[in-house]
Amino acid sequence: MKLPVYLDNNATTQVDPRVFEVMIPYFLHDFGNAASKSHPFGWKAEEAVDYAREQIATLIGANEKEIIFTSGATESNNLAIKGVYEMYAAKGNHFITVTTEHKAVLDACKHLEKLGAEITYLPVGSDGLLKVEQVAEAIKPNTVLVSVMYGNNELGVIQPIREIGKLCKEKGVLFHTDATQTVGKIPVDVLADNIDLMSFTAHKMYGPKGIGALYVRRKNPRVKVTAQMDGGGHERGMRSGTLNVPGIVGLGKACELARLEMDAEAIRLSALRDKLEKALLNLEESYVNGSAEHRLPHTANISFKYVEGEGLMMGIKDIAVSSGSACTSASLEPSYVLKSLGLDDELAHSSLRFGLGRFTTEEEVDYTINCVTEAVNKLRDMSPLWEMFKEGIDLKSIEWTEH
Amino acid sequence: MAYSDKVVDHYTNPRNIGTLDKSKNTVGTGLVGAPECGDVMRLQIEVNDETGVIQDAKFKTFGCGSAIASSSLATEWLKGKTIDQALEIDNMDIVEELALPPVKIHCSVLAEDAIRMAINDYRAKQGLEPLISEKVHH
Repeated sequence: MKLPVYLDNNATTQVDPRVFEVMIPYFLHDFGNAASKSHPFGWKAEEAVDYAREQIATLIGANEKEIIFTSGATESNNLAIKGVYEMYAAKGNHFITVTTEHKAVLDACKHLEKLGAEITYLPVGSDGLLKVEQVAEAIKPNTVLVSVMYGNNELGVIQPIREIGKLCKEKGVLFHTDATQTVGKIPVDVLADNIDLMSFTAHKMYGPKGIGALYVRRKNPRVKVTAQMDGGGHERGMRSGTLNVPGIVGLGKACELARLEMDAEAIRLSALRDKLEKALLNLEESYVNGSAEHRLPHTANISFKYVEGEGLMMGIKDIAVSSGSACTSASLEPSYVLKSLGLDDELAHSSLRFGLGRFTTEEEVDYTINCVTEAVNKLRDMSPLWEMFKEGIDLKSIEWTEH
Repeated sequence: MAYSDKVVDHYTNPRNIGTLDKSKNTVGTGLVGAPECGDVMRLQIEVNDETGVIQDAKFKTFGCGSAIASSSLATEWLKGKTIDQALEIDNMDIVEELALPPVKIHCSVLAEDAIRMAINDYRAKQGLEPLISEKVHH
């Protein structure tokens, strides 16, 4: 087993060697611009892009013309939200989203608020899930777009996308989903789910960084977004810029591999995840954050009460994970997603996110179980809060000196 | 962010973890920070009645590696010092010794606060006025 162990696959994934291999020619001899219509270099690039479009569309049940290439999910989210706002300004200015969305969605919405949009931020339950009734109640005559993340990056919880999609269709409201963590991990079908716009990216599914896509529905209804960058009018006028051909080829291959292998991979990863989770929940005062039932197969978010997340990560230095602790973020605020569940700040500070992936082995999971268990026990031995808890002192009864 | 060797050393081999009997009137306890801020330090000193020297110091800390290292280092420095000498420990000495980056300076501040609070607790038990810190950190 090679150290350190990588269990941060929700942050990014290793490129699958099979993906890397098919990309190589498009950096070297087949380097043409896909928009060059007058010579074989361009034709070859265009052909590769068209093939990738098909591979991508097939994975999500779309038509290849509905795939708009972007630099990644952040750009896709921005394009969907700001692009819909501009394109449908005559129809209304009300958007609905959720407090646990990624910053790329939340901050795009905040940007629109400054421009005059009205945004409803729906709260989630203690399991991290939104109820379709909440969306139904929030829809108004001037509602243009509902944007709900498919699978949450921090918790892995899966929102009731199909029900929300159905509702939006009935109400004539556009539906966008940020499916960055979901596409390639579990089956996603834009038709069955009634999705109008969907963001995803290659580097979360064993493809390269710097390439993503926005699915934009072409029929029933025909959806358009206003371009957020001016230029050559690529991608049906919605996203200008020379196409990243090697990246697109990589995204295509990553989608094809996911389509063929995702079902078996989901079974293998959820078994490993469950093994990890079960072993770590044997520790006293440890809790799973978010719904354990409606969840992506590869993600576990666990709080170890009375142990601080960054301190814990230092104790497991040969395991790469991430934490909801304030100390790991620039803002010194604990994770807003964990806080949205109604979690006490101290539990948010005590959380670790484990993101398993295609290259995670059982040996690595066993190693992780041992390391984390040892580190939690060691840190609790030096935690004044653990001592108080063991003495039966209610931590809420203490007057803390805030700093 | 990489940790300095000294932070790693204190984190891996913390000095003086433990609990002193806080009912003793020779023991002073300082408890600073808050769970919701992600740092809580408890620092205790035991003062020799006759010599006025801190003969023992213990800590327990909930926090990041830098917070653990700051309190571990503080207990190491406190032992063998008189109260007056202990009051001279400045948070910037801790920053320097542990090579803490700017974002972790608050850990050293917390350790200094814990030292002062422990000393004041000890003074109160001896029937002395609390010392007013001339430094304002917050």
